Amino acid sequence: MIAQSMYRNGAILTAFALVTTGGVAVVQSMTAERIALQEKQHLMQLLGQVLSADEYDNKLYLDCTSSNAPELGPGSPHIIYRATKAGEPAALLVRHVTPKGYSGNIDILTAVKADGSISGVRVTRHEETPGLGDKVELAKSDWITSFNGLTINADNAKQFAVKKDGGQFDQFTGATITPRAVVASVKQAVEYTQQNFDALFAGKNLCAGDVQ
Amino acid sequence: MSDMKTLFKEGMWANNPALVQLLGLCPLLAVTSTITNALGLGLATLLVLVGSNVTVSVVRNWVPKDIRIPVFVMIIAAFVTIVQLLMNAYTFGLYQSLGIFIPLIVTNCAIIGRAEAFASKNNPLLSAWDGVMMGLGFAIVLIVLGTMRELIGQGTLFDGADLLLGPWAANLRVEIFQFDSQFLVAILPPGAFLGLGLLIAAKNVIDAQIKAKAAPSSEPEKAPRARVTSLT
Repeated sequence: MIAQSMYRNGAILTAFALVTTGGVAVVQSMTAERIALQEKQHLMQLLGQVLSADEYDNKLYLDCTSSNAPELGPGSPHIIYRATKAGEPAALLVRHVTPKGYSGNIDILTAVKADGSISGVRVTRHEETPGLGDKVELAKSDWITSFNGLTINADNAKQFAVKKDGGQFDQFTGATITPRAVVASVKQAVEYTQQNFDALFAGKNLCAGDVQ
Repeated sequence: MSDMKTLFKEGMWANNPALVQLLGLCPLLAVTSTITNALGLGLATLLVLVGSNVTVSVVRNWVPKDIRIPVFVMIIAAFVTIVQLLMNAYTFGLYQSLGIFIPLIVTNCAIIGRAEAFASKNNPLLSAWDGVMMGLGFAIVLIVLGTMRELIGQGTLFDGADLLLGPWAANLRVEIFQFDSQFLVAILPPGAFLGLGLLIAAKNVIDAQIKAKAAPSSEPEKAPRARVTSLT
């Protein structure tokens, strides 16, 4: 008697599991293409913010490498997109992370041109306090654009800090930790990229054939 | 038809999932920092609730009592995954800003609560209507709370509406007033608790007034309730 009802309930549960997962599978296959497209567009739009379109002529999402360098923060590997123009290396777009923010990791995207200058910086994800630390977002403040065009060399390396630490970057009222973390992380990432520029371009392409 | 009217009243007011049953508070409190987020999560929850209510009601006679909960959970999880995939495909920006709270709809006890308390005992049409009303009741509280918090916290309305509704909606954004620095409490989670507390208090005050008015003439009518207070 008990065995019978166990079999019956088991069969019913199996039937429901098949039908529900089947439904999910159908929707998944219908939306997969569109989701991939959306993600590609999102990535392109993000990359386009830190490197203007006339600086390169290759498809950025088809050319990337990765790095486990500790300079780029925890959570490796870090993806690095490679921009070329007429076959010549033009810029590297580095995704890096700093754990030194006020609340959780801050994900950053920094584009470094072949001459070592910074083309642009964006914070791609953070959990900083709304209204204080979140001014590192472009939507809230244009602070992040103060990196544009800067370069780091032996003479000005000390300037690459917030004003409170004797540098050239503004801190925010009530929030010094966030900009300090971002500036330090960008500095490390740029220095790393400058030193390894050619090696990173020589590395294996990990994004080829990823998406058409 | 009086059933439908009762369900309307239950969902919107008397047994509102957010204000009376106090179910699904995790997403309610976490995402209501702007109207857009509130609207997005409200619609997603509504869709899941109607879908799961109808399905549970259709299959209610084939599901033995002993295994009804796992079956309901499977149905709800399937609907949430489908809604998540659709949002990822068609409202990518909003999907990004709602983040973890879309999959968390699975754990919104309002949904399994309605499946267990209502849909498993009623026909598909009534269950669909119950889903719509409960979902709307939940969504409206989300939107009211989102409006309060966005207005007080940021001084704007419909910030980021284009993420949900497409590029044309960028014009919907209105800046009501400008702050030198934002009113943080409203945006942070404590603001959500305070806001929800005020809303519940306001509802209770209104209820008390209605009761005081009605009391002298006749005894208040007791509607049969499908409360699910034992679920948390």
